[in-house]
Amino acid sequence: MSTPMPSEPWEEQEKDPAVKKFMYVNRRAPYGTIYALESLEVVLIAAAFEQDVSLVFLDDGVYQLKKGQDTKSIGMKNFSPTYRALEGYDVEKLYVEKESLWTRGLTEDDLVVPVQVVSREELRELMDQQEVILSF
Amino acid sequence: MTMLHTVNKSPFERRTLDSCLGHASKGSAILLLEDGIYGALKGTVVADKIKDATADHPIYVLGPDVRARGMSEDQVIEGVSVVDYEGFVDLVTSHDNVQSWL
Amino acid sequence: MKLGILVNEGPYQHQASDTAYQFTKAALAKGHEIFRVFFYNDGVNNGTRLSVPPQDDRNITQQWSQLAEEHKLDLVVCIAAAQRRGILDENEAKRHGKDSSNLAPGFRISGLGQLIEAGIQADRLVVFGD
Repeated sequence: MSTPMPSEPWEEQEKDPAVKKFMYVNRRAPYGTIYALESLEVVLIAAAFEQDVSLVFLDDGVYQLKKGQDTKSIGMKNFSPTYRALEGYDVEKLYVEKESLWTRGLTEDDLVVPVQVVSREELRELMDQQEVILSF
Repeated sequence: MTMLHTVNKSPFERRTLDSCLGHASKGSAILLLEDGIYGALKGTVVADKIKDATADHPIYVLGPDVRARGMSEDQVIEGVSVVDYEGFVDLVTSHDNVQSWL
Repeated sequence: MKLGILVNEGPYQHQASDTAYQFTKAALAKGHEIFRVFFYNDGVNNGTRLSVPPQDDRNITQQWSQLAEEHKLDLVVCIAAAQRRGILDENEAKRHGKDSSNLAPGFRISGLGQLIEAGIQADRLVVFGD
């Protein structure tokens, strides 16, 4: 948990007391469809709501984090550097499923940002703890 | 916490159902809808997998989607329950959370 | 119970919007409250008033508009996703110097914060997509 910003007491009272566990589930590769990009856009907005946010990358979603993306020749914007900026938005819980990585011949070293690699079993437990699951 | 998982893809075209089964914890419910209903039918190569899964999960299939695709409820695997949209709503409200495997 | 609905696919191309509509109708019939229906990704295309489906087919946008009118539903189209895809209300059209707007009655355009708020306020959020 990050340290809460110092604030005036009356501001505290104004704040919505509900902090929910939000999980964003990314299961699709980038560029072929817009889901990866627009999912990331939701996460950036969601950061302002001070909820307990986790991002999960599994199945083809792990390809979103592949290092060295060069989109010049396809005429699309390379949005992979944005994953590195998430920390600045206090989005720090990035989980990547181990099984999804090795199925695709990838390792943690192939990823553009530091993540927590979790087993399918651990991911199952994480999912069970969530209150809102957004899948794109 | 008990979860409801939904799957709307044909198991013959996508791996979504496998992914759902791999991540759904024991006791959590699974609803097959839209093209996902093809996974709920007898006599296919995935039928045994679903039948086995009914030991760990209550499995449901959306009846309107079954009938729309020319299938009948008699063809639904034993142990898989057929629900309508109201039943879908009940599944959502009676579980703590919903995960849509898109 | 208070339910939030997220629709991530456009009309006709995919069943998602139809299923979301049938689900929403059933939930209302059972006395549940729909906190908000949020349209994202190609789902924003559900909000165009300019679609003209064949007469013997359902008019998905009109169905949503009618349901919204009958039940005071809050149908929200994501502004960022809508701008990309050319779904504009009058204000947005003016702001971007476009010669017309196309948002259907009962829909409003707003930010992604409305989706997060739905996640916070609703007891359940159900995602319909591809």
